[in-house]
Amino acid sequence: MSATITAPPYRVIPIIPVLKPGAMEGSGPYVASDKIQEALGFPGHLVDNWHDQAIAKMGELLGKYRSLKVYMDSCVHCGACSDKCHYFIGTQDPKNMPVARQDLMRSVYRRYFTLPGKIFPKLVGARDLTREVLDEWHNYFHQCSECRRCSVFCPYGIDTAEVTMAAREILDSVGYGQKYDNEIIGKVHKIGNNLGLPAPALRDTLEGLEEDVKEDTGIDVRFPVDVKGAEVLLITPSADFFAEPHIDSLIGYAKVFHAAGTSWTLSSFASEAGNFGMFIGNYEQLRTIALRIREVALELGVKRIVVGECGHAWRVAYSFWNTLTGVGDGADPNDQFAMMLQKQLDHRYKQPMHICEFTLDLIEQKALSFDKEANDKHIITFHDSCNVARGSRMGDYPGGQFDIPRNIIKAVANNFFEMNPDTTHERTFCCGGGGGLLTDDLLDLRVKGALPRMEALKQAADEHGVNFMACICAICKTQFSKVLPYYGFERNMVGGVHQLVSNAIKLGAK
Amino acid sequence: MMSTLFAILFYFATLVFVVGTLYRISIYTRTPAPLKIPTTPAPITTGGVVLRMMREVFLFESLFKANLWTWGLGWLFHASLALVLLRHLRYFTEPVWAWVAFIQPFGMYAGITMVLGVAGLWARRIFVERIRYISTPSDHLMLALFLAIGVSGLVMRFVVHGDVIGVKGFMLGLMYFDWQALPSSIGLYVHLSLVAVLLMIFPISKLLHAPGLFFSPGRNQADNSRDKRHISGWAKQLEPKDMGNAK
Repeated sequence: MSATITAPPYRVIPIIPVLKPGAMEGSGPYVASDKIQEALGFPGHLVDNWHDQAIAKMGELLGKYRSLKVYMDSCVHCGACSDKCHYFIGTQDPKNMPVARQDLMRSVYRRYFTLPGKIFPKLVGARDLTREVLDEWHNYFHQCSECRRCSVFCPYGIDTAEVTMAAREILDSVGYGQKYDNEIIGKVHKIGNNLGLPAPALRDTLEGLEEDVKEDTGIDVRFPVDVKGAEVLLITPSADFFAEPHIDSLIGYAKVFHAAGTSWTLSSFASEAGNFGMFIGNYEQLRTIALRIREVALELGVKRIVVGECGHAWRVAYSFWNTLTGVGDGADPNDQFAMMLQKQLDHRYKQPMHICEFTLDLIEQKALSFDKEANDKHIITFHDSCNVARGSRMGDYPGGQFDIPRNIIKAVANNFFEMNPDTTHERTFCCGGGGGLLTDDLLDLRVKGALPRMEALKQAADEHGVNFMACICAICKTQFSKVLPYYGFERNMVGGVHQLVSNAIKLGAK
Repeated sequence: MMSTLFAILFYFATLVFVVGTLYRISIYTRTPAPLKIPTTPAPITTGGVVLRMMREVFLFESLFKANLWTWGLGWLFHASLALVLLRHLRYFTEPVWAWVAFIQPFGMYAGITMVLGVAGLWARRIFVERIRYISTPSDHLMLALFLAIGVSGLVMRFVVHGDVIGVKGFMLGLMYFDWQALPSSIGLYVHLSLVAVLLMIFPISKLLHAPGLFFSPGRNQADNSRDKRHISGWAKQLEPKDMGNAK
């Protein structure tokens, strides 16, 4: 398969592409097996009365989520979003236009839940839920990375991610799940992290890292696990434990903790920041996976919870943890569930805190010192990861999530250049692998979806000689490592912000 | 005969519009938003959210970021429509409020720009490949409806002048249950029938985008999830009642 995958050509002028209907018709992901489905409490395979069950589930979700209800009603087909999706730009398939993707569900909503759709389906574009429509859902709702770029431009704030999540939830509920996402969620429950790294292997890995860093720097930088009474609990994506270039950022976090003299710990039980429960739109999964962090925080008695470089994990942590688990501030005093944890946390600090907030605070207090020349071989640009950019915040003001990682880079390196502003900050393009699509069976889609980001990177490389793209997301790092070569770049051109911190930080100086 | 028909039609249309729209709004109000999902960067305070919403309502901020043509035509249409609607208050008030009298001349020309806006949006829907692809027959009909309402109104204003005193008498009569005759005019019949249709389809069509915007969690939530615990209805039920025994 991979032999046939090629990158689409750069657009000479980035014009809106012409439509190629059906271009990605048969490009859906693998279907989850019985075993994978049943482990999560979903039906093993497509149930006999899937039609009625799917409609019933849709009705249930419309009653549980105001977002879905309002979004189904409010779209006027103005087309503001129609050219904003990286998958549309890369594939030219009109069903990858956000509005058309939503309409895959909206057409069914109109048929079963609105008066005009029941009486005049053709007039309002309403459709029966047929097997073909269900297949189309499985296909095209797995060609959305839930990156929310379309929602920035929608005059009503309609967020296709919410529609995609609802569609995936309905598909799961009738036994038509996606293999990659559901298999990973199974691993989190069974082993504790997305990659299926068991606790002993994790301990080994971290010990090995301590030796490596000692060899490199001559300093005993520790990577503690399951330490009761530590000040900080670090929750980081499991890819940080062994994937390249992720691991270099993990070393960066450890060096920052070391230099600051902060006691910290990882957890072998909650050894995963990622939460694929969000990707499949299942509140119970999202909550259950997040509760692991609460459990460990209570057990270890930590005062602060810090989250490593991971985009969707930060959205879940920043936006949802307080709701799901009580990790945060400002619970009602009678809210026993949340207060139990919030009383333990130190509210002089933000809870939870992003590792970039943690590091920049120290930099601003002059508690860290750097040898910026150590990063001189890198001419750096920064890729805003979608869930950080459009689904969360850092710092005290709106948009802090853009400035804080950039300020870290500028503090630890000399050469920094922005990419085209139409492709950064809130307008950033997804890496092409987010939202639970980071699987080889979707590689063709991933390569095509990376096109707009690769175009901006190419421009920065040509104009400024950029040779390093920093980011703060485990999925972005893996995705770019894989697709950069398709566009003629070196795969190690991508790395973490704390990888740059790690290169430059002076240990033992302070 | 026609007067009675139109009186009944308008009472019915108004009832459908008011009850239908309130019903939809009540659904939106009742449906919980379990998670914090503002599209960030988002305002941190309620005051900031109000400002963001005002920018969306009056300036179409997001649409401006998206596409200047759609923004220009859409804004022209909506602003003109608003002026036209306000101008029409003169048919429902006696004496006419001073500010309504003041905008009267602007309101008349707004009728023209409204029609131009609709025509432009329709041209976009027909000629831009992407927009044509996503358009349903109802999308075209909706624009046709606004165009017909606008044109029939302009014809009465600028070509065959209607009996405005008579229309006002009819409307005031409807409001105070003191029914008066409706002037007999084909243009007027067309104009009023289409307006009645518009009122009646409002609660069951994409016109719901108007109330919908105010209930869109992506736009109406403050970005304060770390500082204040947000927990709603059914999500709260999932939590154990007595946390004392929990691990």
